[in-house]
Amino acid sequence: MTKYAYYPGCSGQGTSQEYDSSTRAVCRALGVNLVDIPDWSCCGSTPAHTVDHLLSSALAARNLALAEDMDAAAVITPCPSCLTNLKAAVHRMSDREFRLQVNKLLDKPVDRSTPVKSVLQVLAEDVGSDAVAEMLPNKPLAGLKLAPYYGCIMNRPPEVMQFDDHENPTAMDKLMAALGAEVLPFPLKVECCGASFGIPRKDIVAKLSGKLLEAAAGLGAHAVVTACPLCQMNLDLRQGQASAAMGRKFQLPVFYYTQLLGLALGIPQSELGLSKLCVNPRLALDAMYAAQAEKREREAKSEADKQTLKAKAA
Amino acid sequence: MEVVDIHASCDHEFIAQVEAESEQKVRLCYQCGNCTAGCPYTFAYDIPVSQVMRLLQAGQKVRLLSCKSIWLCATCESCTTRCPNEIDVARIMDVLRHMARREGYATEKNVKTFWDTFLDSVEKHGRVFEMGLLATYVAKTGRFWTDMDLGPKILPKGKLSFKPHEIQGKDKVAEIFKRFRETQQ
Ligand code: SF4
Ligand code: SF4
Repeated sequence: MTKYAYYPGCSGQGTSQEYDSSTRAVCRALGVNLVDIPDWSCCGSTPAHTVDHLLSSALAARNLALAEDMDAAAVITPCPSCLTNLKAAVHRMSDREFRLQVNKLLDKPVDRSTPVKSVLQVLAEDVGSDAVAEMLPNKPLAGLKLAPYYGCIMNRPPEVMQFDDHENPTAMDKLMAALGAEVLPFPLKVECCGASFGIPRKDIVAKLSGKLLEAAAGLGAHAVVTACPLCQMNLDLRQGQASAAMGRKFQLPVFYYTQLLGLALGIPQSELGLSKLCVNPRLALDAMYAAQAEKREREAKSEADKQTLKAKAA
Repeated sequence: MEVVDIHASCDHEFIAQVEAESEQKVRLCYQCGNCTAGCPYTFAYDIPVSQVMRLLQAGQKVRLLSCKSIWLCATCESCTTRCPNEIDVARIMDVLRHMARREGYATEKNVKTFWDTFLDSVEKHGRVFEMGLLATYVAKTGRFWTDMDLGPKILPKGKLSFKPHEIQGKDKVAEIFKRFRETQQ
């Protein structure tokens, strides 16, 4: 089985625990072998690259150097912010001079460049939505209307990220559709939610996240589905602040795509951390179960009507 | 309208420095405004990103290093992705922020404090310690009331640890910071 060097990222141990636990559970169920990078450290996130690119690359590169000993096919991470830092470091270190400078800051230098991918990319490319659809022929998420939200940096800039489309990514749409969900054409897929300004400038986050929630609600979504811990936190934890900024009350659950994938695969809710979401996910799941029941009823009724017609004809 | 006398105040050295650090050609910008059109932060900026580019071409160092926009740019990469001249605009914003820091400007003080506190946490523990980060940020800025409404929402979820996740190699991480500072001297 192909082995991947897994980089969970700091938020995976805190505010996005449920993303980490659902990612691990889903990968296990789909045969994607994750091995944690031993003693991984913080990639520096946004703060490091706002200070200096050498510092930021070195913080990311310490982890790339550790992963080299693992003989893995790629370094993979669920978090787009970590992904950007790791990928930008690899990209910049293709310049020999810069690589030497980075290595001077490290105890263990980076020798080779291991490919870096998001978990989403691995699920989309190595497993594939067709295989997922085949595994789950009875479409467990039928009736669930989703606004897919990728966040701004998972696919941009395209020269560095090299995955999916930078204006209209579809990897997550396809996975969700494979499970039977109705994926809405969400126009703000790659717009920024306010990023890491939640603490110092929550007014900005409330406004930008408010716009996203408004657009999703306007499409009639039951929920937003995302692949980014920061986006999830801004839209879910700060939904009250966003509601206030927009002058209306939103009640939109914000799932990680791995939680929905896990739910469809029959992974226990406790492992998926559904209870860790702030906006109660029941709202969306009840709507989905109601739609499924209604559909079954409709089908039963039309079947019964057919039988009656047949009986009459006979 | 503010009129800039570009002959008197154009700092050519500044332009050259931004070009070198960002590896971008500032003169390629032809002011199409695509970057500003896609920038989600324009409403909060004091100078829209395309005007940052224009002022940069005109070598307006102080005006740029003291603006708010460079602290509020979220590096969302929309400008970089959409620039018809393939200028990595987000990288230029980053570089301006680096220079502003080095020269002692911090127009959005709380943003800078938040980032600094985050990095202090990484330097100390090897990974960021979210609860400690919040506590230190509040202590430094005195903004106790910030996000009071969120406490009851997040605390019962048991996601925020009250203890840092120390790693074995935390000294190695601290060394990275130390060696980096040495390169800056
Ligand atoms: S998109 Fe590029 S060329 Fe157009 S104004 Fe912005 S930086 Fe200049
Ligand atoms: S990277 Fe910064 S300047 Fe560029 S569009 Fe995003 S927020 Fe605006």
